[in-house]
Amino acid sequence: MSNAKHYLAAEADIDISSVSLSFSARAWSSIKKDKIAFLSVMIVIFLMLVAIFAPWFAPKDPLFQYPEGLSKIGAPQGPGSHFFLGTDQNGRDVLSRLIFGARVSLTVGVVATALASLIGVVIGTVSGYLGGWIESILMRLTDVVLSFPLLLFCIALIAVTGPSTKNVVLVIAFAYWTYLARIIRSQVLSLKEREFVIAARSLGLTTPQIIRRHIIPHLIPTIIVYSTLGVATSILIEASLSFLGIGVPLPQPSWGEMISEGQKYFQSAPWLLVAPGVTMIIAVLAFNLMGDWLTDLFDASTKVAQR
Amino acid sequence: MTTWLLRRTIQMLAVIWGVMTLAFILAFIVPGDPARMVAGTNASAQAVANIRHELGLDQSLVSQYFHFVVRLFHGNLGVSFALQNQTVGSVIMRALPFTMALAIGGILWELLLGIPFGIIAAYRPKSAFDRIATFSALFGLSTPPFWLGLMLLYFLAFKLSVFPLNGVGHPLIWYLILPSFTLGVGGAAFYSRIVRTTVINVLRSPFIEFAQLKGMPASLILKRHVIRHALMPIVTMIGMDLGYFLGGVLIVESIFGIPGIGQLAFRSISTLDVPIITGTVLIASVFMVLMNFFVDVLYTFIDPRVKLQRNT
Repeated sequence: MSNAKHYLAAEADIDISSVSLSFSARAWSSIKKDKIAFLSVMIVIFLMLVAIFAPWFAPKDPLFQYPEGLSKIGAPQGPGSHFFLGTDQNGRDVLSRLIFGARVSLTVGVVATALASLIGVVIGTVSGYLGGWIESILMRLTDVVLSFPLLLFCIALIAVTGPSTKNVVLVIAFAYWTYLARIIRSQVLSLKEREFVIAARSLGLTTPQIIRRHIIPHLIPTIIVYSTLGVATSILIEASLSFLGIGVPLPQPSWGEMISEGQKYFQSAPWLLVAPGVTMIIAVLAFNLMGDWLTDLFDASTKVAQR
Repeated sequence: MTTWLLRRTIQMLAVIWGVMTLAFILAFIVPGDPARMVAGTNASAQAVANIRHELGLDQSLVSQYFHFVVRLFHGNLGVSFALQNQTVGSVIMRALPFTMALAIGGILWELLLGIPFGIIAAYRPKSAFDRIATFSALFGLSTPPFWLGLMLLYFLAFKLSVFPLNGVGHPLIWYLILPSFTLGVGGAAFYSRIVRTTVINVLRSPFIEFAQLKGMPASLILKRHVIRHALMPIVTMIGMDLGYFLGGVLIVESIFGIPGIGQLAFRSISTLDVPIITGTVLIASVFMVLMNFFVDVLYTFIDPRVKLQRNT
């Protein structure tokens, strides 16, 4: 009996290690073949580094109003050798503001998504696994939050809580968790009918144990994919809020705020709009492409695992 | 079917009640004093107190909630704080047609661009067209709408003067082309991806092969089988998009200066006009709930297969 157990455990070990090995190997080989995926992952890593080490990357002070940053009549300077991407209406360096803006946008995007994922996974798993009236209440609650138009809901919440970086993060998380909760719930519904969960239950494992050891690990691909896409969405929401003037408070530079300010001077200084806009598109595009690539990757790995 | 419909209706009503309550709570906990806002900064404490009493803001939370619900049942959304003597209903009704027209325009762009692009890309997977369509779809999904709107305004309205700069005028449709395009681009990109996947799967299925073998012309297969299947997932999303647009068009409305629901909501938040905030949020979300319900019901008619699975 104990021999059989050991044998099973050993087999399981080999199985797990070979799967994980082949997974990272597959990730590596797929990223070598897929140039776009490679590029998107590189961009995401680069943006993260820029955000973390913003003071090292930024050539100038993002908040300082350089006297030489304005022309004689007080107009912003175009891109040139001194100010690489030009200056804004206050003579501040656009490139440095973009770099520090990355810090704000990515922090908000990542933290808000992490928080939303946490709430979504807990509510989705609990309601999917327990079912019954708990599920009914949680899912109707999800429906209620989901019924509010996302941006309008965020704005109303900001109006209540007041604009600050912390509130922007909380508000986005509070409005966004519903999407993941729905998806996770439907996955848990099918997972809990699978043989290994039934086996775990008949072996006498408690519900928290089953959820932790047998349900959550299967949800990780979904969580990773939707979190990656969620970062892209959160960056867009944060920019929209900042664009409307109720996002991250001034004078902190954020991409949305730069576009919002830039639109006033756009006719004479188009770089004020082009620079933050293009940066945002590249960032969001990179996160979306990385999400796509991860979806394909996990899709392939679940297929292999099932076989 | 009838039990399902009944259960679904009860669910929908429960959600509407939840939306109503959440909207009320949101309005109640708004910081600042609406009565002071209405009275003006120079009004005496007595005048502010009078206005507070007039607006019913001095009552307890429970009694305010009770009045709120009773009023709603009579279809009465209350009176605006900031715009004197105007009912919330009339203010919203004035803004709604613009938002409605804009939303429908946005949906048209989504369908007009999304479906043909998706189908053509699916017929020639990995072709140059497919790659371009894929890339532009990702681009469309990743472009912030406010940035796109500003760019369109700058190039097509300001530089080339093809389109009016902003606001609304006559004929309305002329003023809505750019805003609705801005609104629809993201959705169009999303639809084209969905349609592409669906059509690729449909083209692989046995009944298409059968139709080909019996000599059905490709154009007829496209019309009879492919398009019908391609539209299935779209139906769900149009309903949700319409609901979403009716509340989420704030950014587009503010860029193009369209006096719709979104602008109304945003302005009322800055003036603390609580009845308008509640009213607009409520209208937008009830629309969303109704649309979802409608789509769910419609779906069981279009696709008989979902009927049995939809009992949850």
